[in-house]
Amino acid sequence: MIKKALAVLLLAQLCTILFSFLSVYQEPTSLNAVSSHYIHNEPKELGAANAVTAVVVTYRGLDTLGEVTILFAASVVVGLLMFLHKNESAPRRDGSELLKTGASLLFPLILLFGAYVFINGHLSPGGGFQGGAIIASALMLTILANPNRHVGHGFFWAIESISGFVFVLLGIAGLVLAGGFLDSRVLPPGTFGHVASAGLIPVIYIFVGLKVGAELSSVVLSLHGKSEGGVQHHD
Amino acid sequence: MEIFLIIFAVLTVASALIAVATTKKAVSILAAGVMGLFASIVFIFLAAPDVAMTEAAIGSGLTTFIFFFALNRVKSDRAQGGADD
Repeated sequence: MIKKALAVLLLAQLCTILFSFLSVYQEPTSLNAVSSHYIHNEPKELGAANAVTAVVVTYRGLDTLGEVTILFAASVVVGLLMFLHKNESAPRRDGSELLKTGASLLFPLILLFGAYVFINGHLSPGGGFQGGAIIASALMLTILANPNRHVGHGFFWAIESISGFVFVLLGIAGLVLAGGFLDSRVLPPGTFGHVASAGLIPVIYIFVGLKVGAELSSVVLSLHGKSEGGVQHHD
Repeated sequence: MEIFLIIFAVLTVASALIAVATTKKAVSILAAGVMGLFASIVFIFLAAPDVAMTEAAIGSGLTTFIFFFALNRVKSDRAQGGADD
């Protein structure tokens, strides 16, 4: 009874707070100073057709590095928890023939789409995080179709470590050759709207995509639980 | 345009309510995933395609299946514990 009353009280407080925000809210009719600076100066400065990507990779590149680090920590903790909590489960029922055939047909296509999303991150919506998540979902589909297949972690750890390392190296290259850490103007801006444009942005986003894809894939593998043994029992 | 935005916003809230109110765990997880899909459509209407892609891929795709994996693990652990007793 007290629990329910407290919940209702909490909801009422939340409502008053949200309504007080909503009552003074007016839809903005013009961009604020920071966004208009990005929109007006970004094509000249960096040359990325998708301004969101320019903000994520270059202007707020350090935040992206932090986000990728958080993802890395999360995937390590999930892997550790699942390693400590290892249980040998009975063999699982295989996926149906439909699911298996569909998964093996779709797997390369989804992988290709993920790569497309992060390679074109500076031209169209999407980028490293979205592309990485799409790649991880391709792996998840094959796991669902073949639940008893062993997939080694080592491959994903290698991709993850190498792309993280290259990401930081590219950031340092910006520090040495251009204006600052993760500055993308190490390479020439190129033709606006082409794949090979916007300096280092596509290169950085490819490595972010690989890193995020490998991290999320290893989270999925750890949770699936059939993946241990790939690294530990080899050496 | 506005009417579609309102419809999808209402659908988002409705599926969130289903996710909270239902007693079946599988239905709850699926409703949360559907909520992510509707939310990503709302994000497209609000001119944020990047956020919409993230929400669709992570919020409704990966999270749903991670929840199912976790549910499966909890269930199999409980089954093992019950056999030991």
